[in-house]
Amino acid sequence: MTKLHELFWTFFKIGAFTIGGGYAMIPLMEQEIVDKRKWLNKEEFMDTMSLAQSMPGVFAVNMATNVGFRTRGFAGAFIAVMGNVLMPILLILVLAIFFRQFSDNPMVKSIFKGIRPAVVALIAAPVFNMAKTAKISWSNFWIPVAATLLIWLLGVSPVIIILVAGLGGFIYGKIKGRKEAKK
Amino acid sequence: MIFWQLFYTFLKIGIFTFGGGYAMVALIQNEVVVENQWLTSQEFTDVLAISQASPGPLGINTATYTGYTAVVNAGYPEYMGILGAFLASFSVILLPFLLMLIITKVLLKHKDNPTLANIFLILRKVVVGLIAASALLLVSTENFGSPTESTFRFVISILIFIGVFVASYKFKKSPILLILVSGIIGFLVYGLPDVI
Repeated sequence: MTKLHELFWTFFKIGAFTIGGGYAMIPLMEQEIVDKRKWLNKEEFMDTMSLAQSMPGVFAVNMATNVGFRTRGFAGAFIAVMGNVLMPILLILVLAIFFRQFSDNPMVKSIFKGIRPAVVALIAAPVFNMAKTAKISWSNFWIPVAATLLIWLLGVSPVIIILVAGLGGFIYGKIKGRKEAKK
Repeated sequence: MIFWQLFYTFLKIGIFTFGGGYAMVALIQNEVVVENQWLTSQEFTDVLAISQASPGPLGINTATYTGYTAVVNAGYPEYMGILGAFLASFSVILLPFLLMLIITKVLLKHKDNPTLANIFLILRKVVVGLIAASALLLVSTENFGSPTESTFRFVISILIFIGVFVASYKFKKSPILLILVSGIIGFLVYGLPDVI
């Protein structure tokens, strides 16, 4: 039987050593979960990944929940998630407390003046990457643009946009299904 | 009370995040900067800088940091801020965690559901718009400097923006490297002249 501390340390490693968001964790996850621990085979891993991506929340935490539950039930899921988020939370706290103390320091201020435009670029760049995977074309280009303008200019909450889009997709599916049934 | 509001707000953010860390950043930004005004836009940008440069999922990092800052900004002592950080981080994962448990129990193997596939067809496109809005909301004089009042800083900011965008999008350079380099540029351009 899989030991809880194995689950903890595996997801601890995955959480603590990957920089650059959830998807950067995939290679390390596969190596640990499939190759080393053999908790899932390659195919199960791919299935779990697509499930974790389509559920709400944080991708890495969803992966930890699923793998933890499958190997050791609720306790396993809980321990895997804790392992996954513990180090990131503690690290951020240390950095937050550190920067609070030095935020008035002129040197820190000058450094952040350089960093801020970079941060904006780092949020803008994934927009174009994600546009490709979301299969955005000239015919449906208006959907993301409308979402952007509603949030940016009119201050509509993204939560509302998500709800409407989910409902829209549901209705679209029903209409498409009916059309196909007629044929 | 801020702790109750934090709990509720981050529960909401967690369950409405579809499509990864950047989508969560967009939701956190809306709730924390626009709706509740716990952080200024500039503070949020700094939080993002640290969150992107630190290991771990971007969504968790941003939740932790905003939880801490929101509580300290509300006038509470630092140890309460630490409590706020944990509260925000755990609230944001609570509902997805429970949902994932149920789904895993119900269907141990993920089956492709056509209804779900159609919902995601639209959802994915909207999430792209969400993140674009998030980036646009960060384009401010606080982050770039004013083109009329601080023209020099504005030009430098635009150059950094273009450089980092190209390096990230075209050459897939890591965020931590780009943040580091921009920090050094900031120090050389704005800090060093004062020191000398």
